[in-house]
Amino acid sequence: MIKIWSMKKNEDAAAKKKPKTSAAQIRVQKDLTELDLPSTMKTNFPDPADLLNFSLTITPDEGMYRGGAFTFSFAINTNYPHDPPKVKCTQTIYHPNVDLEGNVCLNILREDWKPVLNLNSVMVGLQYLFLEPNADDPLNKDAALEMSKNRDQFLNNVKASMRGGHIKGTQYDNVLAR
Amino acid sequence: MSSQSASTSNTDWPGRYHHIDQVLNSPGPRTDPAFLAGDGVKDFLRHQAKILVIGAGGLGCEILANLALTGFKDIHVIDMDTIDISNLNRQFLFRTKDVGKPKATVAAEFIMKRVPGVKVTPYFGKIQDKDDNYYMQFNLVICGLDSVEARRWMNATLVNLVDPENPESLKPLIDGGTEGFKGQARVILPTITSCYECSLDMLNKPTAFPICTIANTPRLPEHCIEWASVLEWPRVQGDKKMDTDDPEHIGWLFSVAAARAKEFNIEGVTWSLTQGVVKNIIPAIASTNAIISAACCNEAFKIATSSAAYLNNYFMLIGTEGVYSYTFEHEKRDDCPVCGGEALELTFSADLTVEGLIEMLVEKQDIQIKKPSLSSPKSQIYLQAPPQLEEATRPNLAKRVSELVPNGGEVTVTASTLPFSLSLRITYT
Ligand SMILES: [Zn+2]
Repeated sequence: MIKIWSMKKNEDAAAKKKPKTSAAQIRVQKDLTELDLPSTMKTNFPDPADLLNFSLTITPDEGMYRGGAFTFSFAINTNYPHDPPKVKCTQTIYHPNVDLEGNVCLNILREDWKPVLNLNSVMVGLQYLFLEPNADDPLNKDAALEMSKNRDQFLNNVKASMRGGHIKGTQYDNVLAR
Repeated sequence: MSSQSASTSNTDWPGRYHHIDQVLNSPGPRTDPAFLAGDGVKDFLRHQAKILVIGAGGLGCEILANLALTGFKDIHVIDMDTIDISNLNRQFLFRTKDVGKPKATVAAEFIMKRVPGVKVTPYFGKIQDKDDNYYMQFNLVICGLDSVEARRWMNATLVNLVDPENPESLKPLIDGGTEGFKGQARVILPTITSCYECSLDMLNKPTAFPICTIANTPRLPEHCIEWASVLEWPRVQGDKKMDTDDPEHIGWLFSVAAARAKEFNIEGVTWSLTQGVVKNIIPAIASTNAIISAACCNEAFKIATSSAAYLNNYFMLIGTEGVYSYTFEHEKRDDCPVCGGEALELTFSADLTVEGLIEMLVEKQDIQIKKPSLSSPKSQIYLQAPPQLEEATRPNLAKRVSELVPNGGEVTVTASTLPFSLSLRITYT
């Protein structure tokens, strides 16, 4: 058997036992305690002992979604950060990039996710969707169509939906910030 | 399962090791000075070395066969899967009659029957079922897995196993992996060389299609299958968890995907493609598995015998454009969450409070830490942010550390000023 131990002697910085905390767990702790969120975003932990399941509420202070409070659930699995967090909108909202089931079209949540990204990048990306909805990547096709075709009607629809109104037969949740 | 009892002495017929022995009988110009040519090394390889193989699938079958034929005689194998008919095209230790049986058990029996004198001990279950004492018994570990998660676990376990007081605790890990015509083999000396986690960002990520493409503009059969699994399953089935091993679930996804494909005039949605996409099955080619397994086993042999210099530390095979291979030293990362970072042994009074410990850390000149957050493997101790978690953990500040962490226990410290994390081992006076 090769004598590896002698190689180790020269490396005393690493010659100490590491804790059993999983890499995913440490990484989530690091991501969360170093979040740098503007006052428009707030996390909520239903169980403060569980760092892997929580929600984020975004209350945009500018743009067409101003006045609303939008909540997303975050579920992080033990293969984080190899796997991205699973994020869903918990309300029925009228937004071109969010479907009625709460699925979100944000590239870094799927095809462009990389382990170097973190929870802060995802949260900032979500907030951006409310400042700059993108009609080119539609998940709610009606909303996207309206946005590119008739912007004034779209703005009216956004306002009405946020109050809990109906648009084309869909009842949206009242998301007005209290 | 032990009907195949292994007898070691009377099965070594004359000439059995004629070729291998030429490598072991005398040192070469570049053999390690520690090489014990002759009986010493042969005795170690054939009567002492205990090797663990993780995975008895495409790579595992090859690895087991190679190890047995190079003279390892005490081999253990772990696999949690049972044999599926689709495995038979490459996992050559299995036959049609074995379908449904545990891979580890069938593979072990086959090897013992085929290579007399070899003892293969199977474990049908998860690597996570086993504890440190189990892993301590081996000299070497070879992984032939297709799961990133299982590899991360195995890697972290072997890094954590390293005890500065005990040379035997350092177990070389040889990791093999393939994807179609591509593959890699690497040697990881836990805490000494770059580990699996160090290179996590080098991995090819599974193909994921933009969710809006899946929802609106499907063009490929894969788009239809992802639509069924990512969007339709949660919409229709609610909170019911999708089990990609359940044929009924695959059947449902297949029919939903096929209907979608028909609507968009897309061809090629099949049952096996559906299964392949949702289980993220990468095409496995028997001969690529053979090359990578052979590379892994040669390294295991060289490491166990010191008969030649071993791989340092990453071998890549790219067979997609001609054949190209590249060997390089992947560098250990200081900010690796598993093997990097600093570790500190701290000794203080059992009366010290968490707040006192934080002050002690902040005042330590040599680590330059600001606003540390602390946790134990079981729970959070004190988190600086977000505000809700700070508030929830604040009552711990006044508690004594000894109420939260046992003597000899471990604390993980993170802070934005640290590359990744700092681990503390705590002893009370
Ligand atoms: Zn590492």
